[in-house]
Amino acid sequence: MALLKVERLEAQYGWIKVLHGLDFAVEEGGITTILGANGAGKTTTLRAVCGMVKTSGAITFDGRRIDGTSTETLVRLGIAHVPEGRGTFVNLTVEENLRLGAYARRERANLAADFARVYQYFPVLNERRRQLAGTLSGGEQQMLAVARALMLRPRLLLLDEPSLGLAPMVVREIFRIVRTINKEERVSVLLVEQNALMALNLADHAYLIETGQVVRSAPAAELQKDDAIRRAYLGY
Amino acid sequence: MEILFQQIVSGLATGGIYGSLALALVMIYQATDVVNYAQGEMAMFSTYLAWTMLNAGLPYWLTFFATLAIAFVGGLVIERVIIRPVENAPILTIVIVCIGLLVILNSVAGWIYSYIQKPFPSPFPERPIKIGNVVFGAHDLGAIGVTLVVLAFLYVFFRFTTLGLAMRAAAQNPSSSRLCGIRVGWMLALGWGLAAMVGAVAGMMVAPKVFLDPNMMAGILIYAFASATLGGFTSPGGAVVGGLIVGVFENIVGTYIPFIGTELKLTVALALILIVLVVKPSGLFGRAAVHRV
Repeated sequence: MALLKVERLEAQYGWIKVLHGLDFAVEEGGITTILGANGAGKTTTLRAVCGMVKTSGAITFDGRRIDGTSTETLVRLGIAHVPEGRGTFVNLTVEENLRLGAYARRERANLAADFARVYQYFPVLNERRRQLAGTLSGGEQQMLAVARALMLRPRLLLLDEPSLGLAPMVVREIFRIVRTINKEERVSVLLVEQNALMALNLADHAYLIETGQVVRSAPAAELQKDDAIRRAYLGY
Repeated sequence: MEILFQQIVSGLATGGIYGSLALALVMIYQATDVVNYAQGEMAMFSTYLAWTMLNAGLPYWLTFFATLAIAFVGGLVIERVIIRPVENAPILTIVIVCIGLLVILNSVAGWIYSYIQKPFPSPFPERPIKIGNVVFGAHDLGAIGVTLVVLAFLYVFFRFTTLGLAMRAAAQNPSSSRLCGIRVGWMLALGWGLAAMVGAVAGMMVAPKVFLDPNMMAGILIYAFASATLGGFTSPGGAVVGGLIVGVFENIVGTYIPFIGTELKLTVALALILIVLVVKPSGLFGRAAVHRV
């Protein structure tokens, strides 16, 4: 069953329409990726799901319409968004950043266990937990952003270009952890990426979008084999 | 030598009050980039409410805490009703709204309570306290104590509570805060409420020294601006330290430089603002704003 279902999604900034009737879904426990070039509307799609831009169309989460719901309320339903640019609170410590991740959680009893869990995924954050988050490297800040989202104990994780500006090794590490989180904690993932190769390896279903419209929807394995896709997005 | 000590302690007492009001200014400035010109009048109005309650026969400390509660709610309501609609307007619009609020509060206080100065009681004994050969005013020492308690309370609140952390987060990075589920608008309103509370303490501590009248905070606000500028508008701790420095500096200059006396004290504060802005605009403890372009 689809955990997130998006139908006829349209979004605009001022007069400029960015999404022209997008349809896609994220299965419960699945990893879905949205691929597309710069300016295709990937980031806007994630922002639309989180209620950060004005939209029309129907967004259903866990059988319940959520379009028009405020971002703050969506977080309480278990949707965690790792935004473009990581959204680090640079003047707060790593630990305070993580505490903020758990801010919207109703159940606060196992907070210590959750700290232990994310420190296990990202040992470097444990080493740096008293440091100001702004002093972390780009890769560490991306880890912090994912860790902060995990502190919510989300049902759906939205990832916006986690590979942007990071060294390949760091990207692989982050993708490996996302896969673990998905497998072990049944967190569904919606991933937006420019690095199509990494994204198709991780995801089980992929959508290609061009100028705000879905042009292709297929299992990730199938797209990986497709010659046209390979030439256009994977570059070999 | 005794005179110097007395001047320093009395300077620390008024400086603590300047520092408190400066802290209120900085709290709002950090959260919203707005300098609340009405901060002083909000404090003045709270002090009048305290005066009304005291006149009705309520005991001092009950009045004190009731006034804090009223000031908190008042600050919250002012943010929600008056500041919120112009939240995204250009900065000059917000400045004008704040100045409008200043004039309204000032006039309404004058209308209700008249412009005649009223004595305001101090909760501390009138008998001076003698330590060694030096005589200190009990109110001065008490005001220092109250200021320290307020600071400790704010420090613990912002440093150790989840709500305090959420307020800091909302001030720094509103969009990320929303993604954490923090209701940013309410955090800003809470900030105004807390700032109004801190201002109310400053008002009730300064009123016994300057007498209560609708214009009593005008001068204090300028000292508070000097304090916040000196300490740095981006540093809450700096604002308080700035207040203490301004208070002591003002007293010593007034005592030892004859032509300044009491008449030119306020000019010293204004000159200080100018000098800091020219020499070190970010203040002693502030961070210079760096923008990537």
